[in-house]
Amino acid sequence: MKQLWLTAKLDIVESLRARWFQIYTLVFGGIVALLFLFGLTESRVLGFIGLSRLLVTYIQLTMAILPIFVLITTVRSVAGDREAGVFEYLLSLPVSLSAWFWGKILGRYVVIFTPVFAAMLGAVLWALVVGIEVPWGMFGYYTALLAVMAACFLGLGMLISAVARGTDVAQGAAFFVWLTLLLFLDLILLGVMIQGKVAPELAVTIALANPLQVFRTAALALFDPQLIVLGPSAYVILDLFGITGFKIFALVYPAVLGLAAATLGYHLFRRGDLP
Amino acid sequence: MIKFQNVTKTFRRTRVLDGIDLEIGLGERVALIGSNGAGKTTLIRCLLGEYNHAGLVTIEGRSPRAERAAVLGMIGFVPQLPPPLKMPVGQLIDFAASLCNSDPQRIFDLARRLGLDVDGVVSRQFVKLSGGMKQKLLIAIALGRDAKVLVLDEPAANLDPEARKIFFELLAERAATATMLISSHRIDEVSSLVNRVIELDMGKVVLDDRVADDVSLSGRLDCRIAVKRPEPAFAKAMADWNFTDRGDGIEWTGEVAGPDRLRFMGMTSRYVALISAISLKEVDAKVGAGDTASAAAAALPGTAA
Repeated sequence: MKQLWLTAKLDIVESLRARWFQIYTLVFGGIVALLFLFGLTESRVLGFIGLSRLLVTYIQLTMAILPIFVLITTVRSVAGDREAGVFEYLLSLPVSLSAWFWGKILGRYVVIFTPVFAAMLGAVLWALVVGIEVPWGMFGYYTALLAVMAACFLGLGMLISAVARGTDVAQGAAFFVWLTLLLFLDLILLGVMIQGKVAPELAVTIALANPLQVFRTAALALFDPQLIVLGPSAYVILDLFGITGFKIFALVYPAVLGLAAATLGYHLFRRGDLP
Repeated sequence: MIKFQNVTKTFRRTRVLDGIDLEIGLGERVALIGSNGAGKTTLIRCLLGEYNHAGLVTIEGRSPRAERAAVLGMIGFVPQLPPPLKMPVGQLIDFAASLCNSDPQRIFDLARRLGLDVDGVVSRQFVKLSGGMKQKLLIAIALGRDAKVLVLDEPAANLDPEARKIFFELLAERAATATMLISSHRIDEVSSLVNRVIELDMGKVVLDDRVADDVSLSGRLDCRIAVKRPEPAFAKAMADWNFTDRGDGIEWTGEVAGPDRLRFMGMTSRYVALISAISLKEVDAKVGAGDTASAAAAALPGTAA
């Protein structure tokens, strides 16, 4: 356990000094600052006003940015460390491979989740200061959703890092995974459905296997519980899960997916050449 | 102590290690030499449990891959290229000491002995240190614990003569209790540090030779050099070796570490036309046969010793 904490701490210290982390923090802090600056809390869209409106916008933007950011920075730094000889040296020290791998994940998780959460927390604190009502239920669920999203894509990133040896290959693979998930949000599924080649239920099932789609739908469900904007797909989802069931699914499925990817990555890492 | 039994490592279709069989005992100081691509780094990485391979590698009967934490606790490693770590020096020392269950103060003391102002750089990022400073710190980390095996990859390449002298002394202090594996491209860089030479070529052992162990790691040589005329380049080289000018850049005196004699003479050979006299005299009681009065005088061709 000591080795795990030491490795996690090491990764946090290394990341805090990396340029990607500074940009990452700036992006999410900047989003919240800009949303306040442009008076989003004063605007009314779909009946949402105040902090709810800001949180809805923030989570939509986060869902667009966080997955690719986490994937690319994870594979870049892990594969980059391997290429630069960091693994060769640090893995010559008496640390077990499980403590190293999971410690690295733990440290990185803290580093990628903290700025996203801190930005949202900052918005809530500011709302309290200026007297805007805080939707605590929404804030709590969005926090859980962001935590799970970070874990899911971190797990996928670590799996890619374990499979791809070089930085270029790892980066290309990460981009390919993100692009595939993005295309399966709408474009490919819509195309296939229009051609009438798959049943709507199958298309919806494929869509729900996509963590990006799960996050997007769960975020929608908070301000549109009947998922009206999804059209007929909403019937399949609500028949299958119900509103609460889907909210739980949206937290459990991506977490399990991320954990499974990380576990597979660990086994590949342990069995392969380390540096 | 260390056993390689039919160790073979293949990257895709390239066989980098080809059936290596070696036994290295306690107290042996082994030079691992060979050209680029000979398999030195791969062999070291197999020893550190970092590579999968065919065959068996054991240290005191234990596999560095299967029993990582226990086996690597016995190994101190200095890489050829320092890793680009962004963490502060103090944190790196604490991290290594915590993992190795050693006292960070011991590492600090060794770094100071090597001439590193460790208190001045403790909060500086490791990656921002100079090459020599990084090397000193990595040596201090490797030697700052009770390692039974020291794996050193070109360890003295970035050190100045004074730091090398102290580095040799540190190795001498560990000579009886540790096995050393020192990797280098060139035998002349490490010949005086070792008592066995293993040469790799195309992944095979092509030379395994035990060599005379006459040069003490802690031995020193008094040196006097006279030149025909003052020369700025020569004066700079002498200053780098901490030599003292005895008169207008004409006569220089100083001390050379025993294992560094070949490197020193290599340096002087660049000024062979300029040098009018040169003498090297062993001064340490532990040197060679232990005769403090024994004088080994070396003269360059055409000069008076």
